[in-house]
Amino acid sequence: MGETTTLVLPRQSAFLSQVMGLLPEGGNLSMCLTCGLCSSGCPASGLHDMDPRKFLRLCALGQDDLVLSTPWVWMCTMCQRCVYACPMQIDIPRLIYAARAAWPRENRPKGIRGSCDQALNTEGNSAMGARSEDFQFVAEDVLEEVKASQPGWEDLSVSFNRKGAEYFLNQNSREPVTEPDEMVPLWKILHTVGCDWTYGTLGWAAENYCMFLADDKAWETIVRNKVRAVEELGCRYWLNTE
Amino acid sequence: MYAIRAGLQKFQITPNFEIESIIRLYARWIREGRLTVNSDWNKDLGVTFTVQDPCQLVRKSFGDPVAEDLRFVVKSVVGEEHFIEMYPNKSNNYCCGGGGGYLQSGFTEERRAYGQRKLQQIVDTGADYCIAPCHNCHSQIHDLSEHSGRHFPVVHLWTLICLSMGCLGENERSYLGEDLASVGL
Ligand code: SF4
Ligand code: SF4
Repeated sequence: MGETTTLVLPRQSAFLSQVMGLLPEGGNLSMCLTCGLCSSGCPASGLHDMDPRKFLRLCALGQDDLVLSTPWVWMCTMCQRCVYACPMQIDIPRLIYAARAAWPRENRPKGIRGSCDQALNTEGNSAMGARSEDFQFVAEDVLEEVKASQPGWEDLSVSFNRKGAEYFLNQNSREPVTEPDEMVPLWKILHTVGCDWTYGTLGWAAENYCMFLADDKAWETIVRNKVRAVEELGCRYWLNTE
Repeated sequence: MYAIRAGLQKFQITPNFEIESIIRLYARWIREGRLTVNSDWNKDLGVTFTVQDPCQLVRKSFGDPVAEDLRFVVKSVVGEEHFIEMYPNKSNNYCCGGGGGYLQSGFTEERRAYGQRKLQQIVDTGADYCIAPCHNCHSQIHDLSEHSGRHFPVVHLWTLICLSMGCLGENERSYLGEDLASVGL
């Protein structure tokens, strides 16, 4: 036998205990069989010398300094494929979320932070900072153009804040901001089937980066604003374009 | 959508409305005969398509039933014989790498490395087009396609639905390849 090298000194993980305290059944976080199914099916495995099993082991061995500093937590998409593949249904993305949340807000990736802040600063919760009046103006402008130039679509309609509509349709900001013509095919489909739908000027943007930023307070603010938007109009369904 | 569903749960909010996905409605409307799509336009062209199962919609929200709806819509629109599955798929699908804030995070190199697995999956199907029924997936797969020099078109589902109904306008074709650019005009 050659020399053995101790790579890590096992410690009690304050981080892991805190996360397990938050999850029902402790998120099964202590039940890992180290089988590696999570890592073999994770597209983020190997980036920055990390993978989900290793991340979980480092947590279990109390290597909090490493766990809470690796930028890998921003390279896992929280896609949950590892949870799906894991024989013990261990919720690794919840652990990732908690690790993201442990980063000081100002150190989290600027782009995600900016998108969340823009959403907080606009009544439509647009991560691209689109103002609701601009969204409405663009939509109506595109609509007029279609009605005038495409035969057979003179009756195409789009409404905003129409109370009692069955569906409240949300819209990714990317369309009104960068490619407004992409909204038209969807309008045509809704028109063809006689769908009773409306856009809103409150909470209309489909995206939500505050969750990915792991900013609980901001995430909750956005969710509550969107819920209020749909409820104020009395719509039965909150309809997502995806 | 997942951010709302998960948020409602986490913050213990019970809304008085339901959350619906347009994919499920497309499928219902086609079944009910209200959306009269067909794949005749593709009979002679024979353009082939694969489809991305968005994690947020499938694995993280409605599971395999919505993946089946998605396939039903796609097959109705492009023709069953022109649809090719990628593997693995449905709830077991790989994330494209556009989620989780990746596109905004500034980790571009890592994001593209993450996307390699998705790119390979798509390339292995040999399909001409990839349908991406989610914005993040669309942006990410479009970027993977362009950056790798493969240049396969990545399209939204609404584009193909309108194309198949013969009502896709001239300005609504940014993501179609040259082969379909003037179909039905
Ligand atoms: S799949 Fe589950 S049990 Fe297996 S190594 Fe990963 S976390 Fe542990
Ligand atoms: S949630 Fe994260 S760790 Fe799990 S498979 Fe997806 S990217 Fe990998």
